[in-house]
Amino acid sequence: MAEHAGQHARDYHQPHIVPVMTYVAVFLALMVFTLLTTWIAYIDLGKWNTVVALIIAVCKMLLVVLFFMHVKYATGLTRIIIIGAFFWLGIMITLTGADEFTRHWEILPQGWTSGMHIARTLF
Amino acid sequence: MWIFLATEILFFGGMFTAYIVYRSLHLPAFIQGSHELIVKFGATNTGVLICSSLTMALAIRSAQVGKSKGTIIFWLLLTWLLGAAFIAIKLRYEWYRDYLEGLIPGVSWLAGGTHTPGVKMFMCFYFFMTGLHALHMVVGLGILTVLVIMTARHRFSREYYAPLEISGLYWHFVDIVWIFLFPLLYLIGGRYPGS
Amino acid sequence: MSTAIRDLDDAAAEPAVNYLNASYGIKSWLLTFDHKRIGLLYLATITVMFVVGGVAATLMRMHLVEPQGALFEPETYNKMFSTHGIIMVFFFLVPSIPATLGNFLIPLMIGARDVAFPKLNLLSWYIFVTGCAFALYGTISGGVDTGWTFYPPYSSLYAQTHVVAVALGIFIAGFSSILTGLNFIVTIHKMRAPGMTWFRLPLFIWALYATSLIFVLGTPVIAITLFLLALERLLHVGIFDPAVGGDPLLFQHLFWFYSHPAVYIMILPGMGVISELITAFSRKKIFGYSFVAFSSLSIAVISFIVWGHHMFVTGQAIYAGLVFSVLSFLVAIPSAVKVFNWTATLYRGSISYEAPMLYALGFIGLFTIGGLTGLFLASLATDVHLNGTYFIVAHFHYIMVGGAVMAYLGGIHFWWPKISGRLYPDMWARISAAIIFIGFNLTFFPQFMLGYLGMPRRYAVYPAEFQVLNVMSSAGASILGIGYVIPLIYLIWSMRYGPVAGPNPWKAKGLEWTVPSPPPTENFEEIPIVSEDAYEYPAIEEHGYPEAPGVARV
Repeated sequence: MAEHAGQHARDYHQPHIVPVMTYVAVFLALMVFTLLTTWIAYIDLGKWNTVVALIIAVCKMLLVVLFFMHVKYATGLTRIIIIGAFFWLGIMITLTGADEFTRHWEILPQGWTSGMHIARTLF
Repeated sequence: MWIFLATEILFFGGMFTAYIVYRSLHLPAFIQGSHELIVKFGATNTGVLICSSLTMALAIRSAQVGKSKGTIIFWLLLTWLLGAAFIAIKLRYEWYRDYLEGLIPGVSWLAGGTHTPGVKMFMCFYFFMTGLHALHMVVGLGILTVLVIMTARHRFSREYYAPLEISGLYWHFVDIVWIFLFPLLYLIGGRYPGS
Repeated sequence: MSTAIRDLDDAAAEPAVNYLNASYGIKSWLLTFDHKRIGLLYLATITVMFVVGGVAATLMRMHLVEPQGALFEPETYNKMFSTHGIIMVFFFLVPSIPATLGNFLIPLMIGARDVAFPKLNLLSWYIFVTGCAFALYGTISGGVDTGWTFYPPYSSLYAQTHVVAVALGIFIAGFSSILTGLNFIVTIHKMRAPGMTWFRLPLFIWALYATSLIFVLGTPVIAITLFLLALERLLHVGIFDPAVGGDPLLFQHLFWFYSHPAVYIMILPGMGVISELITAFSRKKIFGYSFVAFSSLSIAVISFIVWGHHMFVTGQAIYAGLVFSVLSFLVAIPSAVKVFNWTATLYRGSISYEAPMLYALGFIGLFTIGGLTGLFLASLATDVHLNGTYFIVAHFHYIMVGGAVMAYLGGIHFWWPKISGRLYPDMWARISAAIIFIGFNLTFFPQFMLGYLGMPRRYAVYPAEFQVLNVMSSAGASILGIGYVIPLIYLIWSMRYGPVAGPNPWKAKGLEWTVPSPPPTENFEEIPIVSEDAYEYPAIEEHGYPEAPGVARV
């Protein structure tokens, strides 16, 4: 399906063949991270449980993306596509959050002027 | 394929956005719901998928270095079996049990007083997200089957293995989604005593 | 009015073998990989959908001539406006220029033989037709009455209509958009002819590239949103249901995250067409090429951060409203840049008033009005008064009909000789352009007034004092309808009886005009090597056309 475009891409750079040991090393690292995140869940870190779990998940994702998906050896365009997609997801989360998490904020119950300094310097 | 994966990031992303919003607004209910899930099955499935990513990468590498079609098919079939094992574990040990225990909103919900409405919301997320993920896995199994057939027909060589590479990207993407789903669904609020 | 642009002495014979007659039979069309034929398949499909949506609009306007409604029960009226919106947005406007003109022209304009993935291209058409089929099934079996926006909880819990069928149709058609966008991005990146650098590309290509980015980034979100809505409807439980702690507004966030960029999907390609038409019919290079190119990209990017302006009055947090209001003002800037640049291109150009140019000039005026009225809606305070009224209806129709549809028609007329190899009767074309312009303004300008005076939208009945304006609007709609039917007739007529066009009847610049009309299947005998920038029209006094008074050397 993508032979034609793929051919173009391969004309530009030779495919980098990753050694088997690299794959195995990445695999072992991923398994270790999985065990780690499971183990940490049973330890009380309070709110840091979530943060640590997410950090580990991001590390695992990076390992898969860079090595199994060959992005370490890929063109800049590929990286832009990936970063762009995550950035856009970030936009969706951030601006939706701007609404959902601020609903309870109170809007100046006292009004604009009470209790605040009125500007004295007019020019 | 990368552009297609970008669309998939936004597709799953919609559900992740909703998840983030509701988790923040209803954390205790989400914790309670999360504790209904069994960590060892989630962790095992994570391991299974990571193994399948390894075997997929090795299948592509076999084609890259010009190994025989038998080798490629071996790795592809192993990937297929691991993917099928993932789905089997999900169906038999997780979803079937949830069905019996009445934890599937809309299908079998034995909402007692112990289940606050927010827990129902969490279980909705659990089934929607893992269901969508499983659907992508099934599609992946279909793709792998096609690849096995294509390999058997001598379609790939050291110079041409693009469908394998592209399908590998898809397969790894589905793995990455699960890498995030595992902590976000199974490990909310920790599993230590008193959580 | 000059008609001398077409040099009728250069009557090249129609090429014996071209993409239209290279193979015969319905199978050769339904199984084609040729981007030009696929473009025509899309053209046929979206014309059918336009007629369906247009019929719904006609019935709506006929109903609204009386304050108590002339034709329908309110429930039926609800189905009318929902059908009109859904069909027009998802099954006509979104694919219109990209899938028809884009598919046909992109390879020709960049010097390629086809798009990057021809089989995916054909697949995208079949997927689109499948989506149309589901939507039409839903419409014929009773329609939906939720509005094209499908807000829960009405659409998920209470509506008794075929929401899932129609939502499924939209979901499927979304895949068609994604594949088209993907195809265009790869084609533009990888398949430009030698010498065709990014900054020599026609601005139509830049516009379609920006549109494709929106296709790829936005469409998946509407897909997941409708998927979640369908689940909620089928399982009677879901994530938008307040009973389980859900938030109906979350649906609106996810829905508008796509649907706002979607409106830019609908207008950006039109802007690309206008860039082509303005330059061709003023015989002049575009003013500020890179500004226009980058403004297309800016519009695509900024379009993703303004969606909350659809939710100012539905319960969104005021803080978010502030943020979205500010960002919405930003998005007007690149659009304004384009309008300024087109106007500057016209200045001191040698302008002629062929039908495509009439559409282009109409676009500039009407789009400007529509865009300016958007500013009232971006401003929180005025939006509180105007939201949910006919002001909004007029605003978006000025942009989508006065803008996008006129650009679409202008493009179809401009490239018709290339597509069919024949010329249409110019007089009829100009007459229908005028009829459309008059009918359009008569239909929608009263609606600005109605909205300001307070008539709500999506209402089947209204207070008697609004009747005059409503009748004016309906009268305009009938004129507009006639204006749309006439081109259908003469364009089809021209395919058989029109004079042969020759490769470049407009003497326009662009690689697509260097090949015969209609082009051969493989587009170019040999791939061209590009050595000049876009729109390199010769200095005006060289070609001997009558000049507009006061034109100095360019």
